[in-house]
Amino acid sequence: MSDLTSAGTAVGGAPVGGDGPAADAPGGTSERSASLWADARRQLLRDPVFVIASLYVLMVGSMAAFPKLWTSQDPRACSTDRSRISPSWEHPFGYDILGCDYYSHAIYGARPSMVIAVMATGGIVLFGGLLGLLAGYYGGWVDAVISRVMDIFFSLPFLLGAIVFLTVIKRQNIWTITAVLFLLAWPTIARIIRGSVISSKDLDYVHAAKAVGARNSRLMFRHILPNAIAPMLVYATIVLGSFVAAEATLTFLGVGLQPPAQSWGIMISVHQVYFLEDPWLLLFPCGLLVGTVLSFILMGDALRDALDPKFR
Amino acid sequence: MGRYVIRRLLQFIPTVLGTMFLLHYMTSLAIQFSGNPVRALFGDRTPPPALLQAITERLGYSDPCLSQRGNPCFGLFIDRLQNIFLHFDFGVNLRQREVTDLVADAIPFTLKLLVIAIVFEAVVGIAAGVLAGLRGGSFVDYLVKISTVFIISVPIFVLGVVVREFVGVKFGNILRGQDWIPDLISVGVFTPGFKPDYPFASLLIPGMVLGAVSLATTARLTRTSIMENVRADYVRTAKAKGLTNKRVIGVHTLRNSLIPVITFLGVDIGSAMAGAVVTETIFNVPGIGRLVTMAARGGESSVVVGVVTMLVLVVLLANLLVDLLYAVLDPRIRYE
Repeated sequence: MSDLTSAGTAVGGAPVGGDGPAADAPGGTSERSASLWADARRQLLRDPVFVIASLYVLMVGSMAAFPKLWTSQDPRACSTDRSRISPSWEHPFGYDILGCDYYSHAIYGARPSMVIAVMATGGIVLFGGLLGLLAGYYGGWVDAVISRVMDIFFSLPFLLGAIVFLTVIKRQNIWTITAVLFLLAWPTIARIIRGSVISSKDLDYVHAAKAVGARNSRLMFRHILPNAIAPMLVYATIVLGSFVAAEATLTFLGVGLQPPAQSWGIMISVHQVYFLEDPWLLLFPCGLLVGTVLSFILMGDALRDALDPKFR
Repeated sequence: MGRYVIRRLLQFIPTVLGTMFLLHYMTSLAIQFSGNPVRALFGDRTPPPALLQAITERLGYSDPCLSQRGNPCFGLFIDRLQNIFLHFDFGVNLRQREVTDLVADAIPFTLKLLVIAIVFEAVVGIAAGVLAGLRGGSFVDYLVKISTVFIISVPIFVLGVVVREFVGVKFGNILRGQDWIPDLISVGVFTPGFKPDYPFASLLIPGMVLGAVSLATTARLTRTSIMENVRADYVRTAKAKGLTNKRVIGVHTLRNSLIPVITFLGVDIGSAMAGAVVTETIFNVPGIGRLVTMAARGGESSVVVGVVTMLVLVVLLANLLVDLLYAVLDPRIRYE
């Protein structure tokens, strides 16, 4: 029965969303009896890698949300007589080939990547999570149908599918890129959730709740999901990074965002030929991009270690 | 074993049909929502209606269902399946050349690139993984751990561009300035792009870039699986029998540890093909990948759809073969 009560407290607020349960858990009352989330939070705050990575992500996130905080320059105020001037104190990243301020371009370039990554990840968490939950909970023919559909999506290599869709649709903007990332990536989340739901649906507290007379939806969302959500949270963090990379890759190949827009992928693909004379034109956007992807991956790794009781 | 093979083969058919349908539905939806893709070829000019009509007809976009949003176009799908499986016809490009011809011209380069990439990642990845796995917590172990995280987080196109500029151009220029270095190395290997005169040497660096991304995963996988297996009973028995260290590691540990690695390498052929699109574009290799990018940039959607369909079929076949091979390698795998 203790399992049932602890599951109840761990649910707390919203079942979906990482921080909700942790914030509600009674932290600090006694060191050992804290919930999984409180334990994890304590361990994460002590982990320097996680703290640095999340600070970096916060920085990039604030660039995306409030670019005005970081720069007062307009990335579209260009003049070709300033083309490719090297970095100086007022213009830390110098000027690009069209004579636009490169630093403000880099700041404004964070937004499309982050918006696409966040929207697509949110989409696959909701949709893939729901399908995975249904497949894992009901089993039988529901599981068979959903699993076969997942197999089909799995066998289409991500980059190839995205290139086909974006070439044919021709409108290559934030929405279509998000749509294609969402469409091709949801099965992974669904498979992860399905696995962890299957492993936790036969536990005692679920049987207890069923015996008390809980309905299917209550069992799924209040008892099984909160205890099966940790692997999904880890994967979602890592996938945010890979979506940032995917957006830049598609843009680089010429099927992603198109030049009047600002994005790190555009910065890299436009300036790659000037590398020998002016390497900073390539190194700044590459550095920002790699830093963001790396931070998300490191955060995901740290989360996995913190949320897995086996590593304690 | 026999039953497993039959079950797996039977599963293969619906997966192929489903994947082809997914691809078909994605393109149909895209056309239905954004209009005739042939218009993209003309840029902002307005083509004469007769010309537009003729090209649309020729590329197979004239079916009326392509103007009804959300219509899955089953008739068109069945036609396409018939063309592909009965006539081996994957469509034509704008100059009426068969996509199969285009691919036949390009495939030798891509195959060479893939072989280099897979060999590179298998040899280096497994070696690094074994070194790290045998001495957990040692310097090599940390080196492998940290470098794999870095390699995973660098998108392949960033790696490709940086390697091309630093190794191909900068370092290559230094080598080309020295007289005593043979041309094969200075012009062939360290080149910023593919050179038809050195068809193999100039693919070495692009192949290594392509292999680098999965190299990290291979190394990590080998490392974990070696770490699990060195503690197994049969390894202890082998050591207790007094076998040499070389034999214990080479035969008893490694052979069992390599099963997941081989599976991964097989599945990786698929993602390496997608990665080849990026690598070939960066290093200007005239293979299938560059064909796709060039067609995508020029808006020739019929070529993109045809080539990708072909690649997807190859990936599916590769996955099937890996699964069958897995059953041969590991007698514990049974399908009941």
